[in-house]
Amino acid sequence: MVIELSFIWAGLIAFAVLAYVLLDGFDLGIGILFPFLKDRDERHLAMNTIAPVWDGNETWLVLGGGGLLAAFPLAYAIVMPALYPLIITMLLGLIFRGVAFEFIHRTNRMKAFWEIGFCLGSLIAAISQGMALGALVQGITIDGRAYGGGNWDWLTPFSALTALALVVGYATLGATWLILKTEGETLTRARRFAWPLGIALLVLIGVVSIVTPFLRPEYLERWFGWPSGVYSAVVPILLACAAWMLWSGLRGRHTLRPFLATVAIFVLTYIGLGISFYPSLVPPSLSIIDAAAPDTSLRFLLIGASILIPMILVYTAYSYWVFRGKVRPEDGYH
Amino acid sequence: MLSDISAIDLARAQFAFTISAHIIFPAFTIGLASWLAVLNGLWLWRRDAVYLRLFEQWKTIFAVVFGMGVVSGIVMSYQFGTNWSVFSDKAGPVIGPLMGYEVLTAFFLEAGFLGIMLFGRERVGEKLHMMATTIVAIGTVMSAFWILAVNSWMQTPQGHGFNDVDQFIPLDWWAIIFNPSFPYRLVHMVLAAYLTTAFVVGGVGAWHLLKSPKNRGAQIMFSMAMWMALIVTPIQIIAGDQHGLNTLKHQPAKIAAIEGHYKGYPEGRAPLILFGLPDDATGKVRYKVEVPLLGSLILTHNLDGPLQGLNDFPPENRPKSALIFWTFRIMVATGFAMLGIGLWAAWARWRGQLYDARWLQRSAVLLAPSGFLAVLAGWITTEVGRQPFTVYGLLRTSDSVSPLQAEAVGASLIAFIVVYFFVFGSGTFYALRLMGRSFEGDISAQVDHTASDPKGTQHGH
Repeated sequence: MVIELSFIWAGLIAFAVLAYVLLDGFDLGIGILFPFLKDRDERHLAMNTIAPVWDGNETWLVLGGGGLLAAFPLAYAIVMPALYPLIITMLLGLIFRGVAFEFIHRTNRMKAFWEIGFCLGSLIAAISQGMALGALVQGITIDGRAYGGGNWDWLTPFSALTALALVVGYATLGATWLILKTEGETLTRARRFAWPLGIALLVLIGVVSIVTPFLRPEYLERWFGWPSGVYSAVVPILLACAAWMLWSGLRGRHTLRPFLATVAIFVLTYIGLGISFYPSLVPPSLSIIDAAAPDTSLRFLLIGASILIPMILVYTAYSYWVFRGKVRPEDGYH
Repeated sequence: MLSDISAIDLARAQFAFTISAHIIFPAFTIGLASWLAVLNGLWLWRRDAVYLRLFEQWKTIFAVVFGMGVVSGIVMSYQFGTNWSVFSDKAGPVIGPLMGYEVLTAFFLEAGFLGIMLFGRERVGEKLHMMATTIVAIGTVMSAFWILAVNSWMQTPQGHGFNDVDQFIPLDWWAIIFNPSFPYRLVHMVLAAYLTTAFVVGGVGAWHLLKSPKNRGAQIMFSMAMWMALIVTPIQIIAGDQHGLNTLKHQPAKIAAIEGHYKGYPEGRAPLILFGLPDDATGKVRYKVEVPLLGSLILTHNLDGPLQGLNDFPPENRPKSALIFWTFRIMVATGFAMLGIGLWAAWARWRGQLYDARWLQRSAVLLAPSGFLAVLAGWITTEVGRQPFTVYGLLRTSDSVSPLQAEAVGASLIAFIVVYFFVFGSGTFYALRLMGRSFEGDISAQVDHTASDPKGTQHGH
């Protein structure tokens, strides 16, 4: 059997986006939780848990965007103008989030400003990404080989709902990451955040899951039709297991389990999205095959990707290993 | 119609603004990363604490500048899609994989080892830390390799065909990457980055020498930078000359616009217009000062070498001359000023007065930002000279733009300008303040001192 190159690439890009969401998710989550931390010392401790790794985490976003341009230039050319204001606000948010890591330590007078910049930047980036997700799920109007909708198509109650869900999701990742990486008072506080956030996240996932199949008839078919509905039913069952794992992890005062449980919840909802989308790349009308670059482009980059992505995973894991364990105030990563 | 025109002008203004802001940072960090690797190596080899001291302080400056480079670079990677979606659709199959390779071979490498370089010396040991530092330096150069491959292909495209929906289809990757102008651009840009860093480091060294001539850290910075100026500037001038020959061969209209030649010189013997005001409307250069014969000699290395003028090209294919006539001259003049300082420093060194030559040091301080000026002027020359095409001769800029309304592009342009000036202005201020610290004394004491020094922040916002 010949596997279509475009499907391999759809899988790779999906992987890059998932890696981004999980890795930068807890970075952004810490920014979102920033105002609820006790004081400046605790906020800086929280920042230091991500300082050595955030840059690598964010790179997955560039791979997602760059991979889309390389493998599906038509999808890239349609989605970017369709989500124009969201992409711009996301980028501006990421600018403040990114420079804050350095700038906070370079000034006393402006410290509070860059703390607010870090927090608001993270929040705005998360909202933009969540809205973009909602807009994509609703479907994008295409006219010929270009975006055919208006300036404000992305702004709907549904995209507001997905934005809220993603913000809460990132905050849960951030809280469980802090449980993993801190100790003492901060750990206790993070655990206190994780409880309501986890519950809110599951409720929001439930609401989004109930609404989504009714947005488009094909989603309904993929979720409740025969036989695809049987496979789809596995996702909610596993999701319930992940929710139990989060509950037991928090209750049993484990440090790693709540984070892994939240990661599992993200992975499962992501698979759920994949079930709704497949085989579209940009719902409703642009399929993976239609949007694909010529095979010469796909093959050329795939050779490199199949060697380099495993290497990247290895040295990324190494970097996490180097900075493993609890972060203490005296580590001072700046 | 009017809104179409202004949408494309705004999209061009936005691209010009965001990429000009971005190029400043890699131009600096490419050289700085290599220099940090050298300093770290010298520390491990000689165990002279002055090198560790230099490494640690410049490492912090690197982190500030690199952070700004990363965030402004992410903007670039999405701007192709937001503002130039038709270009992305058509050229994506060729440039997309090249940019994908940049992410896979360079971005991840830099980002993955940056944390270890910045914070990991005690955690991984000195050898692995040295390796991480070297890898970050290699990553910055690899990044330049791929980006220059993309840009060069857009200037001198080859190795592609077209499919039935008018997309560029890659046929020969080797030809696409190693297109005719690529080697010249890559060498010219990497040398420019090294010179940019050298002049910043030299300027900072000179600044501290003017305050205290016995400052060892400052002496090392100044001395190393002046060696770079002496050795690399002449190589860069030769590389620039060769690049010029290459451009004449592949983009003659660009050369005509740079030189301000509206009428051609089929028999050669063209003059070199030193200064003047090119006027594209009338096709004349007003108030011009010219040197006979020199134009042909420099551009073709031959007095009788023929040169085309802008009038030899159809009006719709001509780049505008007024801007790039001047940016090119600014770049060249800056290059010769760099050479001059390199020679001056060599003479002072030979007389044993390198660290006491006050006027030399004042001039070096003045020239500290010269690399940025030259890089910006050079990029404007080559990019504006490529107009009215995004892919030279094949895809027009006016056919590359996204179907967006002017209001959306205008609003985002204003947002970028406001945020960039504030954020990167602040970052530049912090970097300058870090450069202003003396590069002497115990490192740990210095770091603690600066963190809690109320005086140091008096000059803050």
